[in-house]
Amino acid sequence: MDALIEYSPSLLAGAWVTLKVALMSVLLALVTGLIGAACKLSGFLPLRLWTMLYTTVMRGVPDLVMMLLVFYGGQVLLNVVIDHFHWDFIEIDPFVAGVLTIGLIFGAYFTETFRGAFLAVSAGQLEAGRAYGMSGWQVFRRILFPQMLRFALPGIGNNWLVLLKSTAIVSMIGLSDMTRVADQAGRSTHQPFTFYLAVCVLYLLMTALSSYGLGVLMRRYSAGVRETQV
Amino acid sequence: MELFDLSVITGSLPEFWRGLWMTLQLTGFALLFGFFAAIPLAVLRLSPNRLVSTPVAAYTYFFRGTPMLVQLLLVYYGASQWEWMRAAWEAGHPLWTLFREPYFCALFAFGLNTCAYTVEILAGSMRNTPHGELEAAKAMGMTRLKALQRIVIPSALRRMIPTYSNEVILMLQGSAIASAVTLVDLTGAARNVYSRHFAPFEAFVFVGLIYLMLTFVLVGLFKLAEQRWLAHLAPRKAGAGRSS
Repeated sequence: MDALIEYSPSLLAGAWVTLKVALMSVLLALVTGLIGAACKLSGFLPLRLWTMLYTTVMRGVPDLVMMLLVFYGGQVLLNVVIDHFHWDFIEIDPFVAGVLTIGLIFGAYFTETFRGAFLAVSAGQLEAGRAYGMSGWQVFRRILFPQMLRFALPGIGNNWLVLLKSTAIVSMIGLSDMTRVADQAGRSTHQPFTFYLAVCVLYLLMTALSSYGLGVLMRRYSAGVRETQV
Repeated sequence: MELFDLSVITGSLPEFWRGLWMTLQLTGFALLFGFFAAIPLAVLRLSPNRLVSTPVAAYTYFFRGTPMLVQLLLVYYGASQWEWMRAAWEAGHPLWTLFREPYFCALFAFGLNTCAYTVEILAGSMRNTPHGELEAAKAMGMTRLKALQRIVIPSALRRMIPTYSNEVILMLQGSAIASAVTLVDLTGAARNVYSRHFAPFEAFVFVGLIYLMLTFVLVGLFKLAEQRWLAHLAPRKAGAGRSS
């Protein structure tokens, strides 16, 4: 217990790193997912095929393998570029590699979420918008997007919870997230169980807070929607 | 320097092969344990008795709310913190010495993890049993246990196939973290090949493709399983049933 108190500042710093990785990744994933959904729903066949390839590969390869490929492979590619332009050596930042990998992997999951949500908005709503004289952009911003978001929220919430937990693997490319801090603290104090359990508690805290936040958002975006009571 | 040198892969094929075998073992045994342990636990999870259902709910909450990597490290590295555990190791206790083995620890952590998800999937499926079926079972004079055994569990197992297929694929991919506890699974083999040849693309792209193929095989197998056990839910073929 004393050890836990002694190391709590670095553990909390690690938790902050975890949170930063998760938030940056989810931001990237949301943007990628929106673009991916737009591509999948587009009438241009090559674009659809490329997006299909992207979502299949990203969901079929383990996140750790992808992360090691981005981290180590990215370094090799970077070295080639550096050699070519005779720059000074640049090291790939594990934070960037982690965010890039997790963001792009979950971008594939969000692509499916958003695609389903866009399709769930009834066409009559969009036609009504056009009939009122709104431009295509106005229909998108006022009608399609807000309603799509309501359908997408449960999926976004689930993906976020999975994403948050998958950030733990960034510890394997040397980023000092809370899992790695616990690893180091556990070794030097000979109390690994205590520290890993503390990390579990911190993750549970984060997921509990997220679930609460998602509930609030869900209520906000479902204003005026009546649920079927069984 | 060449970016993709096939001889790196062909020269390490036996290592990849052993890694594949390790990945399949870890995934397979963990899933087997998780599946069979989940059936009684799902029944307890739905028990009206809070004293029975709450511990199961707490177990699934913990394992579904924390990363599997941390669970694995907690089991493998965490075990040595306890004095009685170390004493048992020195005494050569047959059960506790297992917690020194990375292979056992990985199976332990993966098994408990997939079991927790499977309990919730199965319990959710059991909750959705049509009420009439239960009433019919009761009317036939079945006890609660008989109804569970004959009606609720079989039909819930069928209906959970699509959701469970996701869990199986996630377990396969999740097993990639086994190299964190010195096991040489597919990912571990790729990491070794990478560090020996400094060839990240060959190593990681190759195992990535293997994982992708394994995923396709699993998806295909589950399609077959759905055709076999969920045939009654398949959309009717065009033209079928028109004559009536």
